[in-house]
Amino acid sequence: MRNAVKEVVSGFYSLIVGMRVTIGQFFKPIVTVQYPHETLKIAPRFRGHIELVLDPATGKPKCFACKLCERACPSDCITVEGAKLEGAKKRSVTAYHLDFTKCSLCGSCVEACRDGAIRFSRDYNLAGWSKEDFIMDLFKRLELEAQAASPEKVDGRAVPGLIAAQDAAHQDKTKTDLK
Amino acid sequence: MTTQETIVSNLADVPRSNGGGVETFVLNVGPQHPATHGVLRVKMTMDGEYVLRAEPVCGYIHRMHEKMGENRTYAQFLPNTSRIDYLSAMTYTHAWAGVVERAAKIQPPPRAEYVRVITSELNRISSHLVWWGAFLLDLGGFTPLLYAFDDREMILDLLERITGARLTYCYYRIGGLYNDVDEEFIEGTRKFVHHMRPRLKMYRELVTENIIFRKRLIDIGPISQEMCRKYGATGPVIRGSGIPYDVRKAEPYSAYPEFDFEIPHFREGDSMARYLVRMEEMAQSLRIIEQALDKLPSGPVMAEKVPRVLKLPAGDYCYAVEAARGRFMVRIVSDNKEIAYRAKLRTPCLSNLSLFEEASQGMLLPDALALMGSLDLVIPDIDR
Repeated sequence: MRNAVKEVVSGFYSLIVGMRVTIGQFFKPIVTVQYPHETLKIAPRFRGHIELVLDPATGKPKCFACKLCERACPSDCITVEGAKLEGAKKRSVTAYHLDFTKCSLCGSCVEACRDGAIRFSRDYNLAGWSKEDFIMDLFKRLELEAQAASPEKVDGRAVPGLIAAQDAAHQDKTKTDLK
Repeated sequence: MTTQETIVSNLADVPRSNGGGVETFVLNVGPQHPATHGVLRVKMTMDGEYVLRAEPVCGYIHRMHEKMGENRTYAQFLPNTSRIDYLSAMTYTHAWAGVVERAAKIQPPPRAEYVRVITSELNRISSHLVWWGAFLLDLGGFTPLLYAFDDREMILDLLERITGARLTYCYYRIGGLYNDVDEEFIEGTRKFVHHMRPRLKMYRELVTENIIFRKRLIDIGPISQEMCRKYGATGPVIRGSGIPYDVRKAEPYSAYPEFDFEIPHFREGDSMARYLVRMEEMAQSLRIIEQALDKLPSGPVMAEKVPRVLKLPAGDYCYAVEAARGRFMVRIVSDNKEIAYRAKLRTPCLSNLSLFEEASQGMLLPDALALMGSLDLVIPDIDR
């Protein structure tokens, strides 16, 4: 009998202690972020899907289709084609397909690339309606971006506007304010 | 109803006193059931509210990870390891990187080993936090999940900062690490350790001492030491039965021998004991992290001579780590090629699940689910 009373009292006390913790939360700062009205800053090493990097000297992709990324990929999602253009010293990339449906975002391709010709894109809103949306032609994506951007001067030197635009986008894609 | 010693294969054998001969029915828990945390199906033969037999049916998320380990190079398999037990991805990658390093005689630099310990322990805490929240969700308490995810978010932010991913990190490489840690990560981890200690106290006040919670767990689902040995249970399950077995102490690997920490174990063997083991483990992990941060050596994070084309000398190699759920071991049989001849992954959850059939006999259904929650199952880890 005595033990039962003791248990009831201590049990009731334990509930009150728990309640105190819960009530304490009312006076603590809110930790939730109201996405999509607010977004957090993307981590600097964010591993998104890959994208080709432009060479500032030529305005062409740095990639010369050595196919190291293709070989490093565990899921066979990269297909690179290259050709030696007339008058060029190196081969240059003519097609770069990424099958994003298979990609597991491991980053082996970026690590395998010796010339820094590919990097992680900072796109994260990647929802799509069909499977074909995720079979990406990265070379075409770059060309389309280049057409959209007009040349402008950066640091007193004329570079294709795309590089500046691409870099700016790469730096901070998080400032999309949807309010 | 009393717990039976043997598995009932035929319901006719069940003595009448134990519910035999009365009407029974089969209840399917899963494969899509919130209490199984994934696609696990448990075929339960029920007598009213009592479980006569619970038969786990696995294989719904079988992805042939072992076979995949045998058709790609050692480095190419690394991303897979994060996906076996997605909640403690770091430790699993550690085992794979470890076995290849052991076979190829590559010694990762000390800084890499220390960072591996720090990130593994952070990952262990985050894994236990998910378990804590989900377990209480099974028992009918929703709020603890939100507290747990609040703290887990801090760990994920820290790990995302250095690895670039929030769940499937793939941070370790054969011979070292993908990237070095920066000052901000170290500061952030220190801050987290200071933040987490009072939180653990708060968890105790909020949940562990709660009378309703204690009544739900104490003396529920006892697992004896014999049963643990019989089924090869490891991790918090075996430690909850009073056997202080931990790979970090039993077969020290990486930089673990250099740290001072204890292996929490409780003799009771009930669901509460397994709960307390995990809660205590979080405190011990914080201790390890603090020591590792204090002693963190400087230097490179990648071994110098890691061949681009890695061929392991012919032989048979093993490496075990203490993952959040128990002993995870990788065994590679190599025949001097770029690709393993055989890759065997010994995962803790399959052994921990297999004792469920015996342990849950004669229990009430809600108690059986509490027992299942206390085993902390991750289904891809069972099926792999």
